[in-house]
Amino acid sequence: MQQIDLATTPLREMNETLQAQTGADNQTAWEILNPRGSHAVACGLDAPIEVTVRGHTGYYCAGMNKQAAIHVTGSVGPGVAENMMSGTVVIDGDASQYAGATGRGGLLVIKGNASSRCGISMKGIDIVVHGNIGHMSAFMAQVGNLVVCGDAGEALGDSLYEARLFVRGSVKSLGSDCIEKEMRPEHLAILADLLERAGSDAKPEEFRRYGSARKLYTFDIDNAAAY
Amino acid sequence: MCGIVGLFLKDKSLEPQLGALLTDMLITMTDRGPDSAGIAIYGAEQDGLAKLTIQSDAPDDDFATLAADLSTALGVSVDLHRKDSHAVVILPAGQAAAARAVIAGRPGQIRVMSDGNAIEIYKEVGLPQDVAARFALSKMAGTHGIGHTRMATESAVTTQGAHPFSTGPDQCLVHNGSLSNHNNLRRKLRRDGVRIESENDTEVGAAYLTWKMQNGATLGEALEASLTDLDGFFTFVVGTKEGFGVVRDPIACKPAVLAETDQYVAFGSEYRAMVGLPGIEAARVWEPEPATVYFWSH
Repeated sequence: MQQIDLATTPLREMNETLQAQTGADNQTAWEILNPRGSHAVACGLDAPIEVTVRGHTGYYCAGMNKQAAIHVTGSVGPGVAENMMSGTVVIDGDASQYAGATGRGGLLVIKGNASSRCGISMKGIDIVVHGNIGHMSAFMAQVGNLVVCGDAGEALGDSLYEARLFVRGSVKSLGSDCIEKEMRPEHLAILADLLERAGSDAKPEEFRRYGSARKLYTFDIDNAAAY
Repeated sequence: MCGIVGLFLKDKSLEPQLGALLTDMLITMTDRGPDSAGIAIYGAEQDGLAKLTIQSDAPDDDFATLAADLSTALGVSVDLHRKDSHAVVILPAGQAAAARAVIAGRPGQIRVMSDGNAIEIYKEVGLPQDVAARFALSKMAGTHGIGHTRMATESAVTTQGAHPFSTGPDQCLVHNGSLSNHNNLRRKLRRDGVRIESENDTEVGAAYLTWKMQNGATLGEALEASLTDLDGFFTFVVGTKEGFGVVRDPIACKPAVLAETDQYVAFGSEYRAMVGLPGIEAARVWEPEPATVYFWSH
């Protein structure tokens, strides 16, 4: 296990060290100590390595992640795993606003709650939140799965495209063009797989599925010339 | 972007360290607001006495004979403790309005930052660490305090545009965000006789809360009403003699983190601001909900 202590190592040096890893040697397990709310911790990684961050972080933790498995033992600020490409990011605590925004791949697991705009504009990422999510989550979500074991806030899935939303608890309100949809066997299979990978013992049958009604002007071919 | 910090002490043994703890929090928030900084600190209240915090760009001239002049004009004894460009004027309770009138009638540029029994406000243009050093903020004691680092958007970078704003006795407000209906609301409040001194949006927010409370609302009710009547983005932290409160607009895009232990409740725009607090590792840390009023009092 390689250790980097942010009390003594500059943040940029820590990120450069992690970004230089290829996964080809035996230094595949890293531990980051004393993040003390720092921004951009473990960003832009591109190697099959495991990184454990011990404590709370600030903005944009694990941003743009590719391949790496990043585990934060505390809570994270806004924009965790923003634009993640692949790999996994697991947060033991809570996540602030726009967790997993614009993510293209990989799995983001939040064991606590996520606040507003979780999964905004997601483009292929899978997000599993063990707790609740805030308002305007999955706004303009395009591809991927958002699984919420608790409750969802106002305007869930507003202006949704093709992303699938699964919520076990209550939904305060659905956003424009977001509707409840039938849960078919293939959805239960997707859910079972995601819940297992996210370490949740929730049952797929307890969830409801939401998706796009595809009625907004963006879905009308007559409007195509407008964009 | 701006930075807000707040600290409400439950444990009296920390009171001598309030200024030092808040100063560290404030300086950590420099990169959210390097234009100006300010702090409202509550403490050192004395029965039967009121405090006015005043500021001048020419304190040597403006403060020289002020205590004696006020004493003569009001017929009471007046003390003045100068701190750099600011001074705390101590006079018998009930004399604050008369003192304001005397100060307003003098030549020079004295501004009244706050009045009340417990509140003192210090704010200036400059980096937070320089502002803190000018007033020796880290030496101050108290029960609770609020600090702000400003990155100006709605009005000029001036002492008057810095936060906190106080529009009522022992009341203050700091703000991260921007209000869009402040011009209209300022006109309305001024017509109702509310004192608003700057063109700043946040001062209108503070004056709105004061006006609500003058009309019988509790602070909690005033904050609830602000969610309907104020248009724009805001995370507010408000101070009163008894405690402090937090409210965020329903969109809640301006960040906020709260932390609570047996010893204190702390507010920070970011968790980073709190990492120097004693026992923070074991604190309950959470993000306040949108459109929800939080308040702690002694």
